[in-house]
Amino acid sequence: MALQSCVNIKKEWDIVGARQMGRDIAREMGFGTVDQARIATAISELARNIYLYAGSGKVCFEKIDTIEKRGMCMIATDAGPGIVDIGQVMEDGFTTSSGLGAGLPGVRRLMDEFDIKSAKNVGTEIKAIKWLR
Amino acid sequence: MDRNLKRIAIENSDSIVQRWLEAIETLKEGSFTSNISDELFESTNREFVNVIFKSIQAEGSIEAVEVFSEKIITLGWPLSYITDGLQFFRRVTIEFILSQVDKLDSDYFSKVLTGVDNWIEPIIRQLVNEYTGSWEHIVSLQRVALQELSAPLMPVMDNITIMPLIGTIDTERAKLIMENLLEGVIRHNSEVVLIDITGVPVVDTMVAHHIIQAAEAVRLIGSTCILVGIRPEIAQTIVNLGIDLAKFPTKSSLQKGFKSALELTNRQINDLDQGVSDIEQMIQSLKGE
Repeated sequence: MALQSCVNIKKEWDIVGARQMGRDIAREMGFGTVDQARIATAISELARNIYLYAGSGKVCFEKIDTIEKRGMCMIATDAGPGIVDIGQVMEDGFTTSSGLGAGLPGVRRLMDEFDIKSAKNVGTEIKAIKWLR
Repeated sequence: MDRNLKRIAIENSDSIVQRWLEAIETLKEGSFTSNISDELFESTNREFVNVIFKSIQAEGSIEAVEVFSEKIITLGWPLSYITDGLQFFRRVTIEFILSQVDKLDSDYFSKVLTGVDNWIEPIIRQLVNEYTGSWEHIVSLQRVALQELSAPLMPVMDNITIMPLIGTIDTERAKLIMENLLEGVIRHNSEVVLIDITGVPVVDTMVAHHIIQAAEAVRLIGSTCILVGIRPEIAQTIVNLGIDLAKFPTKSSLQKGFKSALELTNRQINDLDQGVSDIEQMIQSLKGE
């Protein structure tokens, strides 16, 4: 794994900062505009979830550069209340904040790989990868 | 004791200044001052050190510090110049005073340390306060400016209004958009409102949610909302996210949106030339009779 860069999420405007950094990394790696938009949107969703539900946390980016595959990995971590029923939040239309409930399932569809770990009152870690084609 | 230290410092100000100038010269090799001319850097350094001495002599002469900080702020130099400069001054002065005595004991040492700290601290505090105060002021001004730009509404024709959105939409701005939109629809008596999102970099679920709510509210007061300026990559992410925008019409460009707005208000655009040639044809045909 290549070097990691992180953005702390504390205020609403940090979401924009995270998005900007992610988009820059994606552009630098050679992702097309559509994938850049996908990555930026996914970051936006994950960072907003941190801001809305956990209050604070961070989003980190890693460049994956191996012989077989190249890609970009994002890891969103927080020490918030955790997700009780992961199956439920991955369903379309489920929301606890009167939003659209498309955030997490949407991120899974936007990215190529998606992994979520969460424990009640401990926090949540979401890892998502987009491969460069 | 403190008076004694002060006397040493002031009497030997020349050599302290000399050392300080040498120390601050190293800052020049750092990043920020590389595009500043040597003369300006030197004259500012001299002014800086004069201000420090003045402040020490007068036990905190507030005015000189204020004038100097204002100057640094207008020049746009970083805060680190001030803090580094004062840090250097503290080090140089302590070194100098300690070098003046033959026999060092820990008691004298700590007295010198606290003495010099007491001179420097009020200056640091004031300069940093001035500096951050000015930044806070700028930030609050820009916030106001941004708010004025955030949700403009333009009546382009009778019953047709356009709201162009540029930049990131956060919660606060989404509220403003909703308010301005509804107020404007009533005030301009609009039948059709076009929301242009060409300049919105990312449409995530929150942004989409706010737009859907705004469109729904517009529908409730009897107008139609058309979402325009959906770029291809945005269209793809909206589909990936699984957001349903089927409740109101969407168009790729403002131009197309405007055309369908005209259709909705039972109007159309006619070429003027077309009209003229029609008349000419009529005249021709009249002549022929």
